[in-house]
Amino acid sequence: MTKSELIQRLAERNPHLYLRDIEKIVETVFDEITGALARGDRVELRGFGAFSVKSRDARTGRNPRTGETVKVDAKRLPFFKTGKALRERLNGGTPQGGSEYQ
Amino acid sequence: MESKTITRADLAEAVYEQVGLSRNESSDLVEVLLEEVCAALVNGDNVKISSFGSFSVRKKGQRIGRNPKTGVEVPILPRKVLVFRASHVLKDRINKGQ
Repeated sequence: MTKSELIQRLAERNPHLYLRDIEKIVETVFDEITGALARGDRVELRGFGAFSVKSRDARTGRNPRTGETVKVDAKRLPFFKTGKALRERLNGGTPQGGSEYQ
Repeated sequence: MESKTITRADLAEAVYEQVGLSRNESSDLVEVLLEEVCAALVNGDNVKISSFGSFSVRKKGQRIGRNPKTGVEVPILPRKVLVFRASHVLKDRINKGQ
């Protein structure tokens, strides 16, 4: 499913709304999440999952092919952790025994 | 920098401000949006949101795990996990925001 297919689905479920409003809603939601992560905030959507940002220090890396060293700058990376309800739905609605790491 | 947690309510508020629907309808739409994404993933579909990232479902085979506390071997059943890959646009924005 792409963003435009998602917009299409939402439009089908909300025939009383203008398509341009649905487009704006979808843009707003993902922009809001992006903006929060850019500020270093966490985004927690219960039942769906949580987005967070982790920092990586600068380090000296090595090109594995040539062996030459390269400087890798400090950076921040986005992370996503699947929510419990979605994880269980993906696995047929039952928690998987033994592997449930919180 | 003080870190905050954004929730559904904040997303609904942003939709309310940007789109001009009622607060109730804004929060319903945020919910329906998330539900549609979940439904697609549960159906085995990948979800690609351009300039944000993509969600895909990966199937994991059975393997033998070990309880790290007791050392007892336990089978980890085959399961599906959700993987998120951030797009370059998102990664760039996160690093520019510093």
